[in-house]
Amino acid sequence: MSDVKVIDEIPTYQVTLFVRRFNQEDGLEARWEDFDVTVHGTDRVLDALHKIKWEQDGSLTFRRSCAHGVCGSDAMRINGRNRLACKTLIKDLDMTKPIYVEPIKGLTVEKDLVVDMNPFYEAYRDVKPFLIASDKPAKERIQSPEDRERFEDTTKCILCAACTSSCPVFWTDGQYFGPAAIVNAHRFIFDSRDEAAEVRLDILNDKEGVWRCRTTFNCTEACPRGIEVTKAIAEVKQAILRGKP
Amino acid sequence: MVVIETPRSPRSRKSAKFERYGWLYMRFSGVALLVLIFGHLIINLVMNGGITQISFAFVAGKWADPFWKIWDGLMLWLALIHGTNGMRTIVNDYSERPMIRKTLNVALWVVCAALIILGTLVVTTFDPCVDSSVSHTLSVCK
Repeated sequence: MSDVKVIDEIPTYQVTLFVRRFNQEDGLEARWEDFDVTVHGTDRVLDALHKIKWEQDGSLTFRRSCAHGVCGSDAMRINGRNRLACKTLIKDLDMTKPIYVEPIKGLTVEKDLVVDMNPFYEAYRDVKPFLIASDKPAKERIQSPEDRERFEDTTKCILCAACTSSCPVFWTDGQYFGPAAIVNAHRFIFDSRDEAAEVRLDILNDKEGVWRCRTTFNCTEACPRGIEVTKAIAEVKQAILRGKP
Repeated sequence: MVVIETPRSPRSRKSAKFERYGWLYMRFSGVALLVLIFGHLIINLVMNGGITQISFAFVAGKWADPFWKIWDGLMLWLALIHGTNGMRTIVNDYSERPMIRKTLNVALWVVCAALIILGTLVVTTFDPCVDSSVSHTLSVCK
């Protein structure tokens, strides 16, 4: 029996979470509220929020769907950085200090950590994020691996808004298309099967389009999918200057 | 018929073109200014004795050569327009009321134009001998 390794019990920790609370109906200003939670070494920030909601305060409101980094529902600002609560392990944060959780910025807060995503989706819709092709082939459209590789990175977007809501230009007046919309335009502009690249380039050659980007790289840093967002925006800028992808 | 306005302002091709050329201008002038400004700093402040060499005679000597007139004139035009355009984007980002935005932008370009006109006037019409109290030591004025 001596060569059987005993797997250690998962360690537990005491952490304090400061959560930004807001409820239009109680007439109070947005405020920080602190919660003490016992968490396991394997817990994510989302698990801590669940513990608060299920065991301490059922009124805490936040979005989450798949809870595994695919649906993009639970983007929030954790310790001043936009991340997905379901992909952020608490042990990776500094547990000696309180963990600050607040809604993503630049979009109107509806309640607690829930924001109005409609302006974000509107910008997404404006870039026509769907295949536009004139022919109707009976079989699938063939594409070479090289042509597919051209826009591989931007197919990974899950529309969580972590990038757009980390962009200082988007914070100012909310008129800028935002990184996420440009990433999703990039995904079709550089797709060899699509025929409407010029239309999308024209849409993004707007007063509120790609030229408002200041290359601060906040979006690239915020993306939970590791998309090189700023690079994608730069490629769209170059395509506009060339007039074709 | 009453048309309800959409919250987003309609797209304007003219301003989009302006933003595009503005963006391009910032890139090209930025690269040119890197050469012009660092060249200026090295020649004026590092080479040939550094800062101690700078005097009225030094400036007069430089501007006797058309090369340095063009260099300094280019630096003046490119840097002022580059800086003003940068300020314009900041004003557009952070001013919320259209009147304030317009006032600030007009003020910016008026100041920029005034500085460019004055600077260009100095660079192109510079005459080292015009004031004898400072120019009597220069051999060209004797």
